[in-house]
Amino acid sequence: MAIEIPKEKWTSAVREVTLGATSDQGGTRKSTVTVGGATALPYLHFEGKSPNRPALALEIRDRKPGDWSPILLEAWGEAMEDPSEWARAAEAAGADLIYLVLGSTTKDGARNTIKNATATVRKVLDSTGLPLAVIGPGQAEMDNELIVPVAEEAKGERLLIGICEEKNYRTIVAAALANNHLVQSKTPMDVNLSKQLVILIHDMGLPLERIIMDPTTGALGYGIEYGYSVMERLRLAALQGDKMTQQPMFVNPGEEAWRVKESKVGEGVPEHWGDWKRRALNWEAITATTLILSGADILILRHPETLKRVRPVIDELYKPESTF
Amino acid sequence: MALSGLEIYKLLPQTNCKECGFPTCLAFAMKLAAKQVSLSDCPYVSDEAKMKLEAASTPPIQLVEIKGEDSEVKVGNETVLFRHEKTFYHKPGIFLRLKDTEDLETLKSKVAQVEAFHVDYVGINLFLDGFAIEAASGDAATFKSAISAVRSLSKKPLIFITSTAELAKAGAEASDGTRPLIHAANKENWEAMANVAKEAGLPLVARAENLDDLADLTQKIKGVGVEQIVLDPSVKGYKDSLETLTTLRRLALKKTFRPLGFPIISFPGSNEGVDETLLAAEHIAKYGGLIVLEDFNPASLYALLVLRQNIYTDPQKPIQVLPGVYEINSPDKNSPLLVTTNFSITYFSVANEVEGSGWPGWLLVADAEGMSVLTAWAAGKFDAERIAKDAKTHNVEDKVAHRRIIIPGHVAVISGELEEELPGWEIMVGPREAVDITSYLNAMWQK
Repeated sequence: MAIEIPKEKWTSAVREVTLGATSDQGGTRKSTVTVGGATALPYLHFEGKSPNRPALALEIRDRKPGDWSPILLEAWGEAMEDPSEWARAAEAAGADLIYLVLGSTTKDGARNTIKNATATVRKVLDSTGLPLAVIGPGQAEMDNELIVPVAEEAKGERLLIGICEEKNYRTIVAAALANNHLVQSKTPMDVNLSKQLVILIHDMGLPLERIIMDPTTGALGYGIEYGYSVMERLRLAALQGDKMTQQPMFVNPGEEAWRVKESKVGEGVPEHWGDWKRRALNWEAITATTLILSGADILILRHPETLKRVRPVIDELYKPESTF
Repeated sequence: MALSGLEIYKLLPQTNCKECGFPTCLAFAMKLAAKQVSLSDCPYVSDEAKMKLEAASTPPIQLVEIKGEDSEVKVGNETVLFRHEKTFYHKPGIFLRLKDTEDLETLKSKVAQVEAFHVDYVGINLFLDGFAIEAASGDAATFKSAISAVRSLSKKPLIFITSTAELAKAGAEASDGTRPLIHAANKENWEAMANVAKEAGLPLVARAENLDDLADLTQKIKGVGVEQIVLDPSVKGYKDSLETLTTLRRLALKKTFRPLGFPIISFPGSNEGVDETLLAAEHIAKYGGLIVLEDFNPASLYALLVLRQNIYTDPQKPIQVLPGVYEINSPDKNSPLLVTTNFSITYFSVANEVEGSGWPGWLLVADAEGMSVLTAWAAGKFDAERIAKDAKTHNVEDKVAHRRIIIPGHVAVISGELEEELPGWEIMVGPREAVDITSYLNAMWQK
């Protein structure tokens, strides 16, 4: 019998957002990354388009982190000692963009400085042609202190800057407005809060084409289902025409997956957890793959091997040929 | 087809007796239409109405049961496309493929490994559901002896993979006292396979290359008298799986299309160039019913079982533990006192770490409405006031002789306020992540 394939009729689309600016566009990037634009639920090509491949970013730090899993230290090796080297290694590993996180302290334990932050961003911009996200240490006050001068230093580059949350969005958005950057609008796993912060940011005059929505997620085993469902609900709302939920979605499976015991610890854990490295890599790759299915447009990863594993999944999902 | 609230209302007594717990019959009907209550909550519903409502509520995706000697797997009977709409009910069964061409000792050692495999996740015991034995030898006696070898070590449910009725029959003969699933009937062998399944009372997989053929096939099998059917749409790779499984779920739920209203079996490792673990993860998230793995690897299996647990958690019931003071490793008055929230994943992460650290300890679990530390703090449910209040409610002052309390590093900012709320107490800022508790206690807590 000939079956009619049910198709949903969506009235709206996810907004397209471009990160990075080339020299023609007022920046110095060699390439840009465009995400969003989907007119249907993720990768259901028979009922709509998913015109842009989700972007995979690799995370680097302004200095070698003291608390990362030995598996990550092994993967990046010497490159972690210098952010330029690390950025180059991340580009070589196939990243679409570089996600640079500034720490709260410098190598000697002192409070991080504006000078160090701007110098690091300059070095990374010089060492890679990829678009860049620059994120503060995650404390509103310090984020403001470091990210504002960084935004000025990289004027015109269309960086993604953050963390831009309810507490400090005014400062971060003003810096983005003045210097032609984008913001990471971050809210704690709640559909309405996501929408509300986008409204507040947009009210300050930042065009929606410069807002990426970070609904926050948990790692596999540590609350992934909450983030997954919030993302599904946001994507459904976007396709149904709720304008302030139509921003592309950002998630950080790298950070989430690599801080849990399953990936951090190799000894003294149950035998049936299996091989440590394989388990750790699975933790990051499964967290990422699951979130791709709930609509992630930008994914931050930490291990280059995970990027290599997730890339073919995305490449296949994104090809427009449909089964139906 | 599911009935609307108004249609259900017409079948109810319409007396507004309130015994169901709702103010009116209409309110109850609306809840019934949303599948949030059960018809049995109405004490006065007539038998006729009951029959009509039950016929209308025949599940759009049939429930299929596969039974082993001491356990069973039930799949199907799902009612929504997205877990937030209600919940996903029947976790996909995860099976391991074995071949009867392997010598019996190898086979047995694999089975023994799987039987020994189990992991604890937030107090839940996770394990593999069963085995899919393939009659690769093509020989009935060999197949039977492989089945007996597996059954000598395992009482888990089984799936038999064969395309000939003769071997399916051999399988059925070797499975007394259980109810295996037979894989699979196709457009060539369907009649003979369906006859074997019907005679032995076993569920049967229908396998076809496209959905048109698959629907034809299930109708033919049903015509022979087999009721319990599982679909194998022969999916290939990530995208074909996503489009096909989503379409099957939609056809069943939105169109009540009975010919394809059955659970789905998939083999994520059977295509070249596909990462079995990641495709299995996709099948768990998006509509798989039975998932047969080629490879037994604890590092993958543990992760997949956890994903399955997460996706099938009821989103309307946050998983919480009871607030209170928990004792770990028999603490005394000098043992460290830590505080965390009552989100169960948070609680188990912290409790497991304290237990593993070897330190006896008191764990004050605050009533943060089932949220994790950061989420609860952002929502104002895990602030200084709440912690101080719970410390008093649960009498921590009587449990410990010292006056030091360790708070999660993620909420370091509240330590000043907490000092004011708990006069005489020293507020210690613990690690941000549970995994660092051992090293923290070793460094910071003097015996």
